[in-house]
Amino acid sequence: MAIRSAIYGLFPDPDSAERGINALNRAGISPKRIIVMSPEPFDGYSFTEMDHSTPMPWLAALGGLVGGTLGFLLARLTQESYPINTGGMPLLAAWPSGIVTYELTMLGAVLTTVVTLLISTKLPNWKPKLYDPEVSHGKILIGVLDPSSAARAEIENRLRGAGAEKVKITGPF
Amino acid sequence: MAQKTPEQITDDLLRPLSGISGRYALSAAFLAGIVVAALAAFMWQVYAGLGVSGLRTPVFWGFYITDFVFWIGLSHAGTLISAILRLANATWRRPVTRCAEVITVFALSIGAAFPVIHLGRPWLAFWLFPYPSERGIWPNIRSPLLWDFFAINTYLISSVTFLVLPIVPDMALVRDRAAGWKKRIYGALALGWTGTPKQWHRLETAMHIMAVAVIPVAVSVHSIVSWDFAMAPVPMWHSTIFAPYFVCGAIFSGIAALILAMALLRKFLHLEEYLLPIHFENLGKLLLVMSLLWFYFVFAERLTTWYGNGSGEMPVFWTTQHGSYSPLFWAMVFCNFLIPAPILAIKQLRTITGTAIASFTVVVGMWLERFLIIVPSLSHKYLTYSWGTYRPTWVEITITVGTFCAMALLYMIFSKLVPIISIWELKAGLQQAPNHARIIAEPDEVRAD
Repeated sequence: MAIRSAIYGLFPDPDSAERGINALNRAGISPKRIIVMSPEPFDGYSFTEMDHSTPMPWLAALGGLVGGTLGFLLARLTQESYPINTGGMPLLAAWPSGIVTYELTMLGAVLTTVVTLLISTKLPNWKPKLYDPEVSHGKILIGVLDPSSAARAEIENRLRGAGAEKVKITGPF
Repeated sequence: MAQKTPEQITDDLLRPLSGISGRYALSAAFLAGIVVAALAAFMWQVYAGLGVSGLRTPVFWGFYITDFVFWIGLSHAGTLISAILRLANATWRRPVTRCAEVITVFALSIGAAFPVIHLGRPWLAFWLFPYPSERGIWPNIRSPLLWDFFAINTYLISSVTFLVLPIVPDMALVRDRAAGWKKRIYGALALGWTGTPKQWHRLETAMHIMAVAVIPVAVSVHSIVSWDFAMAPVPMWHSTIFAPYFVCGAIFSGIAALILAMALLRKFLHLEEYLLPIHFENLGKLLLVMSLLWFYFVFAERLTTWYGNGSGEMPVFWTTQHGSYSPLFWAMVFCNFLIPAPILAIKQLRTITGTAIASFTVVVGMWLERFLIIVPSLSHKYLTYSWGTYRPTWVEITITVGTFCAMALLYMIFSKLVPIISIWELKAGLQQAPNHARIIAEPDEVRAD
């Protein structure tokens, strides 16, 4: 990955963070270069609505389908490969196969959800990256990745004008 | 009281993670001592054989299977209740969910150990696993015990992920306030979490999907545990009511365990400003509903058996009503209904102390219920020549007591390593529900309203 730098402001509350985002938008900075980090999820702000599109529910359903198919095959192939007469039941018993199929369907959905979460959020990722521990102390980080030298002063002014308590320049990371 | 800032809330909830008091160390050492005694008893059983237990013809399922059913039932405290409250968007759930989810993971792990403890030769437990071998055997898909394997493992994996995923942001919180080796460990556990909108959104979406998936799994787990019994032609087991009856009992004992755990956490971790009377009152109401429902199931089961007057079932019925098991049966009715229902029904008694007392009796009563489902039926099967009795030995009693201590010890250790209340969820709730924020900030004033 290329060496990157950033300029960011730390905002005390979501309202001022929203103003910070608007200020950066008005400066013509591409939303893809704007970074947001918050100590908790906030509802009703444009900066929390970023990246809201995810196929996670569909992938979970697909995972359930795959898990269920594997469960059914496990039950069926087991009963065919090891034919045991149990309590007068047919060798291919539908009800017990249904239970195994059901449990593996749910397991498939859960595991797919977890894997999708980890992949889509790029976790785990212990490499150095843009972050400020102040976020854990309640501040909201709004920043711009790889600002040009010429634009830094303007970005800093806009962030401060929107209510940033601190503005920091960091990198390379 | 001055309104608490998010920073103060964080400090309050991270306080239990710093330092170990003498009282904590002493309690942990005491519990660890009993757990070691239980392990020693188990090793003695492995060395000397199952003959050191009280398991004899005709009762081969005694304390161990009672404990298995009890702990699996207790595990319903967490993930199921947490998932229901999450989906219902119950704002008051936020300080409660993690306390509950931890119970699930530990109770399930303890419960899942009992089938192995129960094995005559536990070192051959791997024979139960599906793998090709020269013996040419494979687990029988038609056996309810195999359904147990799938159900319990699915629930355990789901519950662990349901517990662990929302812990990650809190690990980042601890990471940013720690130093030295603690920072490195919590940094690794935080997985590199930074709190971008994408991460928050994906986490909340994943939790929502898992909450939807986990509820039917939880119901299936205890249904399948009930089918371990209901699929067998044993008097008073072969019943269609068993699955919902077991699920009801599981949720009942689970809520009771949750209230007890919360009461202890509140007292010993000084979480009085977060685990509020309103939480105990709401959970107390749920416990009351489950107590009534439990009584309904017991009444329906008993009435149907008595009215049917089946020659195979009546000896089991009468031995629990006024025979040798009747003291345990009536103690169960007192513990599960006659004591808790009035306490929980009267508003003035539905206090923290009241709900904790009611919960304690319910936990005792539900253990008795599991015992009474298993042992009287096995000791009074259809042919009278096969009737017998069951007396647990010191080995089974020590192992049983040891598992309760193991549960308490694991919970204590967990609460020293991870914030027992989800900090980010609590804070998110405060900004979403101003009234709830006021409850946290000014509990005395809100209670007085």
